[in-house]
Amino acid sequence: MPLLEVHGIGKRFGGLQAVKDVSFSVRKGMIKAVIGPNGAGKTTLFNLISGFLDPDTGRVSFKSSAIHGLKPHQIAGRGLSRTFQHIKLFSHMTALENVMVGRHVKGRADFLDGMLSLPWTWREERGLRDRALETMDLLGIAAFADIEATSLSYGQQRIVELARALAAEPEMLLLDEPAAGLNMRETADMAKLITMVRARGVTVLIVEHDMSLVMNISDEIVVLSYGEKIADDTPLAVQKDPHVIRVYLGDDDA
Amino acid sequence: MLSARYRHILSLVLAVAAVHAATALLGREFYLTQLTMAAYYTLVVVGLCLLMGYAGQISLGHAGFFAIGGYTSAVLTTLNLSAWKDSPFVSLLAKLSILVGRQDLYGGQVLSVHPWMAFFIAVLLTLAIAYGIGVPVLKLKGHYLAMATLGFGTIIYSVVLGTQRFGAADGIASVPAFTLLPGLDVSGGTAHRTANYYIAWGLVTIGMALLINLIGSRVGRALRAIHGSEDAASAMGVDTARYKLNTFVLSAVLASIAGVFLTHYNGGIGPSEASVMKSVRYVAIVAVGGMASLWGTLIMSTVLNFLSLRGYFGSFDDAVFGVILIIIMLFSPEGILRFDRSAVARIFRGRTQAREEN
Amino acid sequence: MIELFFQYLVAGLTYGTIYAIVGIGFNIIYNTTGIINFAQGEFVMLGGMTAVSLHAFLPLPAAIAAAVAMTMVIGGLIEIIFIRWLEKPSVLRMVIITIGISILTREAALHLWGEGVRALPYFTGNEITSLSLGGVRVSPQVLWALGISAVAVVLLNLFFKYTMLGREMRACAANRDAASLCGIPTRNMVTLSFVLSAGIGALAGCVVSPITQTQYSIGSGLAIKGFTVAILGGLGNSMAAVAAGFILGILESFSIWVMPTAYKDAIAISILLAMLFVRPSGLFGNREAFRLKEF
Repeated sequence: MPLLEVHGIGKRFGGLQAVKDVSFSVRKGMIKAVIGPNGAGKTTLFNLISGFLDPDTGRVSFKSSAIHGLKPHQIAGRGLSRTFQHIKLFSHMTALENVMVGRHVKGRADFLDGMLSLPWTWREERGLRDRALETMDLLGIAAFADIEATSLSYGQQRIVELARALAAEPEMLLLDEPAAGLNMRETADMAKLITMVRARGVTVLIVEHDMSLVMNISDEIVVLSYGEKIADDTPLAVQKDPHVIRVYLGDDDA
Repeated sequence: MLSARYRHILSLVLAVAAVHAATALLGREFYLTQLTMAAYYTLVVVGLCLLMGYAGQISLGHAGFFAIGGYTSAVLTTLNLSAWKDSPFVSLLAKLSILVGRQDLYGGQVLSVHPWMAFFIAVLLTLAIAYGIGVPVLKLKGHYLAMATLGFGTIIYSVVLGTQRFGAADGIASVPAFTLLPGLDVSGGTAHRTANYYIAWGLVTIGMALLINLIGSRVGRALRAIHGSEDAASAMGVDTARYKLNTFVLSAVLASIAGVFLTHYNGGIGPSEASVMKSVRYVAIVAVGGMASLWGTLIMSTVLNFLSLRGYFGSFDDAVFGVILIIIMLFSPEGILRFDRSAVARIFRGRTQAREEN
Repeated sequence: MIELFFQYLVAGLTYGTIYAIVGIGFNIIYNTTGIINFAQGEFVMLGGMTAVSLHAFLPLPAAIAAAVAMTMVIGGLIEIIFIRWLEKPSVLRMVIITIGISILTREAALHLWGEGVRALPYFTGNEITSLSLGGVRVSPQVLWALGISAVAVVLLNLFFKYTMLGREMRACAANRDAASLCGIPTRNMVTLSFVLSAGIGALAGCVVSPITQTQYSIGSGLAIKGFTVAILGGLGNSMAAVAAGFILGILESFSIWVMPTAYKDAIAISILLAMLFVRPSGLFGNREAFRLKEF
């Protein structure tokens, strides 16, 4: 059974059909990429999978149960984490605090527990903090723990966002253009991090424009064009697909 | 984590005592009255600070919750059910001490609801209304949320102003004292002045402790995340709707409790406590105190309310808060104290981090 | 019985006119700037109060004209002093600022004119003159109010549709940056929108003053009701605001049949809340377009 299954999903905004009858699946342990020209519907697809949008048609299932129609926080609770195309770190909070929020689902302390500062919450907080720090250490950014997250460099912020998404120990990670705005060296570093993440057992679905990143690390690639899927295959096969070449790789984009 | 918080709370306690000592030394003990009233308004304001600064939701109708608390308590404790004292239901309530007999101003025997019971009813009513209104209102964003809360506050105002049972324009007077414990009364009057000063500020201290604990906890972190980016918080597993609602209700309950206590202290309540102007004041104080700074808000609230109550703003009372609001919103929407990065300012930050625990 | 019905109807239409005008004022500013100007009600108050003061030494038409002109100047000044220089402020921030402005205006009015209630004299006749229209007695002032307001609304409509300036303002509303790139002085358009809003509000304030009377404090209540009307009709839709204004006025007027008068104000707010919760795009608004807007 694939970990994530998207079946016939569609979404329209007024007169625009952003996503139309898209189906694909992601097997456990793989890195799958979604590519396509601007406006192809990639981010809409992500929003449909992660619960920020409800599909008009079709189903999304994760770990064999339907998740379409669920709210984002419920989907996160089931082990599916995501990052955002435009970095959405929490302002006025340190990098560590950002990552600790990523681990929110692993905690239980609620309003009353927090207000009364019950002793068991101290242990939980310590645990949350330690594990968050471990995640940051894994990605090599432990040094930034106490720095205000939004004051870090763009590349560093991207890694913090990755750490935040990883902190909940998700089974699957949705990465929305993790290399956007990064230079070549930073992109290569990001590729290494993503492969390392997969090596630790996290399945990855990644939307990306940077062809070098995508071709190098993906096991399979889905190609979207005007909201429809036009290819779903290994990187080599996709590179040779005439339809894809015509629609996308023909651009001087890579 | 704990030691820093306790230090701050201890500082508050010491400051409260120090101010008392200062007024005694200066022979101005009558200041305690306005300081007591300021304390109750401060309780409203710090709750609002949590809502606006940490959960990022504005409320232009918080005076409404203050009024719900105050008026509920006032109506119930000034009820006179002695005409029905022979009915089985009423006498049962009396036996349970839910109703108590007391003497009114004219020496007559009155049968009203026990202040503690009235207090619980007021809080329960506030919970119900806050949850009820919170669910639809918090689905709104930005200026629509502002107008909806403004609308809510105006409805409460219209209701208390227009209903005879609530005293219409005159409000309710002769509200009896609230006996917290034998010998400890919430009521005006010089004999009780010092005790009430400490009761009021004690309540504020408890409130601050609870709020500071909350902010430093997992929930507090989630609230700050919601304020930072609601989408990202949601994607990280934070049930934003529930958290916003609970924060809204919590701040409403704090306002309501303040309303109950201040009504007993003043011996009455009037429709002006529910007015839009009062709500705007609360927002102005939160804004100038630093929307995410509990301590800054506490200090600003104490100072501004004290000056206002002592009449220092004269006939320009409302105008002062209007000006404050405009200036803060024009120049520094996040609140002035936030940008002060000196060590002194750090003392007045409400946010204590987990790392301070070590 | 029928007499009573028509009296209520007429009262509803009269108040409805004011609500409609305030709603239109909201829309003018909102359309050009995206700002919800909570000080809208103060323009109505200022128009009426100023006219009363000026009438002490000016004939009535001149007093009204001068009052409207002065209020327009104040509207422009408010924009220039408080709003012009802000960098892309959020709507919420603007709402709070305009609330602050409305408070200051009210306080200034209080100190200038005191708490007293004032009214302009009836334009023709006095409070007991009435015309007979199809068997119903109507005060001529009501006709003045409806008539002048209608003319003002029609003129505004023509202005926005057919004049260069009007179209430039609409361009501003549609897309500020694009309008600016076309060479439209967007900053001045914003100021103009405030001036127009103030003018129409002041005019309404003068015209209804003999019937409803004017006081320093009427501004905020009118602002809430005007906002309700604007939302009810659909934010930005001025024709709908007229209909919505009359609906609100009539509902309020007839509410006396079923509710104590004291709760009359709560009607507008209940409608406002209901609209915000259920159908924020307004009765006549476009749901799809509304949902796509960024709020």
